[in-house]
Amino acid sequence: MNEKSAIKIALAGNPNSGKTSVFNALTGARQHVANFPGVTVEKRTGYRRYNEFDIQLVDLPGTYSLTAYSPDEKVARDFILDEKPDLVVNVIDSCNLERGLYLTMQLIEMGVDLIIDLNMWDEAMEAGVDIDTEKLSQLLGAPVVKTIAHREQGVEAIMQAASELLENRSQKHRHPPVSYGPKLDDVVTDLSRTVSACGSCRACGNPRWLAVKLLEGDSDVKSRYTPNRHRHGQLDRKLRQSLHHLRSTTRQDPEVAITEGRYGYIAGIIREVVKQPPSDRMELSVKIDNILTHRFWGYLIFLFFMWLVFQATFKLGAYPMDWIDAGVGWLQSLLTGILPSGVISDLITDGIIGGVGAVAVFLPNILILFMGISLLEDSGYMARAAFLMDRLMHFLGLHGKSFIPLLMGFGCNVPAIMATRTLESHRDRILTILLIPLMSCSARLPVYVLFAGAFFGAQAGNVIFSMYLLGIATAVLMARLMQKTILRSEDAPFVMELPPYRIPTYRSVLIHMWERTNIYLKKMGGIILIASVILWLLGYLPKKSDFSQDYDAQIEQLTSINTEEAAAEISRLQSLKASEELEYSFIGRLGKITLPLVRPLGFNWELGVAIITGFVAKEVVVSTLGVLYHLGDNTDSLMAVLQSPSNRISGLAAYAFMVFVLLYTPCLATVIAIKREIGAKWMWLSIVFQTALAWSAAFLIYQGGIFLGL
Amino acid sequence: MSLDQLKPGQSGRITEVTGSGALRRRLLDLGFRKGEVVKFIKMAPLRDPLQILLGNGHITIRRSEASLVQVEVLLGKSSE
Repeated sequence: MNEKSAIKIALAGNPNSGKTSVFNALTGARQHVANFPGVTVEKRTGYRRYNEFDIQLVDLPGTYSLTAYSPDEKVARDFILDEKPDLVVNVIDSCNLERGLYLTMQLIEMGVDLIIDLNMWDEAMEAGVDIDTEKLSQLLGAPVVKTIAHREQGVEAIMQAASELLENRSQKHRHPPVSYGPKLDDVVTDLSRTVSACGSCRACGNPRWLAVKLLEGDSDVKSRYTPNRHRHGQLDRKLRQSLHHLRSTTRQDPEVAITEGRYGYIAGIIREVVKQPPSDRMELSVKIDNILTHRFWGYLIFLFFMWLVFQATFKLGAYPMDWIDAGVGWLQSLLTGILPSGVISDLITDGIIGGVGAVAVFLPNILILFMGISLLEDSGYMARAAFLMDRLMHFLGLHGKSFIPLLMGFGCNVPAIMATRTLESHRDRILTILLIPLMSCSARLPVYVLFAGAFFGAQAGNVIFSMYLLGIATAVLMARLMQKTILRSEDAPFVMELPPYRIPTYRSVLIHMWERTNIYLKKMGGIILIASVILWLLGYLPKKSDFSQDYDAQIEQLTSINTEEAAAEISRLQSLKASEELEYSFIGRLGKITLPLVRPLGFNWELGVAIITGFVAKEVVVSTLGVLYHLGDNTDSLMAVLQSPSNRISGLAAYAFMVFVLLYTPCLATVIAIKREIGAKWMWLSIVFQTALAWSAAFLIYQGGIFLGL
Repeated sequence: MSLDQLKPGQSGRITEVTGSGALRRRLLDLGFRKGEVVKFIKMAPLRDPLQILLGNGHITIRRSEASLVQVEVLLGKSSE
């Protein structure tokens, strides 16, 4: 490959400008998603060839501006500064030319080579817009193309324009500089001269942009290019002079004055190129809103949609999950038959295949949930959901959009945590993710059912319900607490667009589902697999050879007798053996060592071991107890054993145990999801804090109950 | 008066965007600026946030944020 033909193109544009559709249409499936370095803002990269060019396309986050205030904007800006893309394709919603051009102005200020893409041209036609694109191209000094990206129309013209620009690199087009009006232009030009003269500022390559940013008071640019006040003494003095001058002549804050200057320049362009502004394309959307955000029907419809997404994800998803379980079981028994029995066989069948099953079991949930989320997003309903829920969520210091991931948490925390991607503010995402594990997921229900059934008889339903309420109440308290402590930053602005309602396309929904699943498998699947194999080994090793009775011989004898009694006896012996093995394993020993820690909560060592194995997945608590009490999967007899006086678990301890299971560390897959989304620091906080919380709550309930004579 | 004090259906012309930092920047970047006309479409069922027509698009904004946008009322019918 010739080095000259490797080209980097960035896509920039407003949220809701259809930028991702343009990206998808340009790259198809040849794309991958990673994070921008150091932040959890996603970076989509795609590849394609056009003529002799090998093109790498990067989809920058959708932004209205390029300031240092929001991580998304900073990432987009830093990418342009550091990675110096050969071209930037600026995607603009044709019906919203003015807002789109505001970003264009900032791209021009930065001195990048632009291609303007007027997207959603079909909507503009319907709205009767008439834009003189040639004139626009002339005024901006950039090629202008029209696209309908969601139908993949016109996107090749972008490539065509790009290749023309790249072939004539020597005669690069020049964008006329942005003018801010007479009062400001002089100041900007003057200051940019000082910047040019200042030797150490040359790194940025664009004095005018630097001058504008300094006047706007952009702290990031200031520390990046002029870190040392003394070395930039002359510039610093000049800047202060200029600011003073601006304040006195415009009687405005310089940041506001510059923004208004930009808008003034845009208004001039609009006057020249827009022959016919769009008719109100929100007309239909307003009518739909009359129902969907109606003060009564709005909530009812919202709840219905939520119910639908939840049921589809977790009820419908349960079928493929059963198939995966069955498939894993089938594969395990197949391999047990083929492989010579021994440690290696156990490792492959139980450890590795079991681990693969543990990874795969989340796939149906993730696929269906993200289908639902893309439908909600692409249709424009997500913004309305935020509109409806924001008042309630804001009470918790959250954004209206946080409701959906939190609700999904009741099904399964893993896809719910992945669903927080819809939140723009990093702080909102952290807070939402930390609260999701308090939403009692469906894996905890079997534990409640077992203990409530065993100890609370007719009250079981209420007791189980109280777990859900306790989880929510804890989440509310924790949200209020964290807002006042570790996450005490200013709320991110809520203000956002309510895009017109649109019909989602199959393509975009499918790409979104595939993308999320791919991220799950690539970024989380491997770690979940390895960690579950390790946990399996801890419950398997060291291998016990010396049992209290010779189970194998007895089982051998019984297999020759083909009666029901013999079969029952075999399974009894097998579970006795399994329980001795688990007790002898590292996890069993750990359970006994940590007994003093759980004793004050009223737990015995069996419950202690079950808590440890429950880290794999909380429903494993039940199967572990089945093993430890030699009962296999028989829930009824497990209930009987648990409540039998000889077992010495009181009703109070049982309740404390349920609370413990509700609150203690999120399961393995969840903590890995947390790490992937917001980093290791928050993952550890979640593990340690929740376990401490669980212990304290169980302690208070058990000891408090005893104190009160319960 | 500020934008959040308009009544549903009322329009106003922006006289000033106050506040500071990230929030003011966001408002400016979305197109809230002196001279621009805004229309109060409606409020969410719990009275917050608000739905505003700005330029050619609809914007949702919390009351606390809207209170930073100063407007003068334009003649127009109010639906309340």
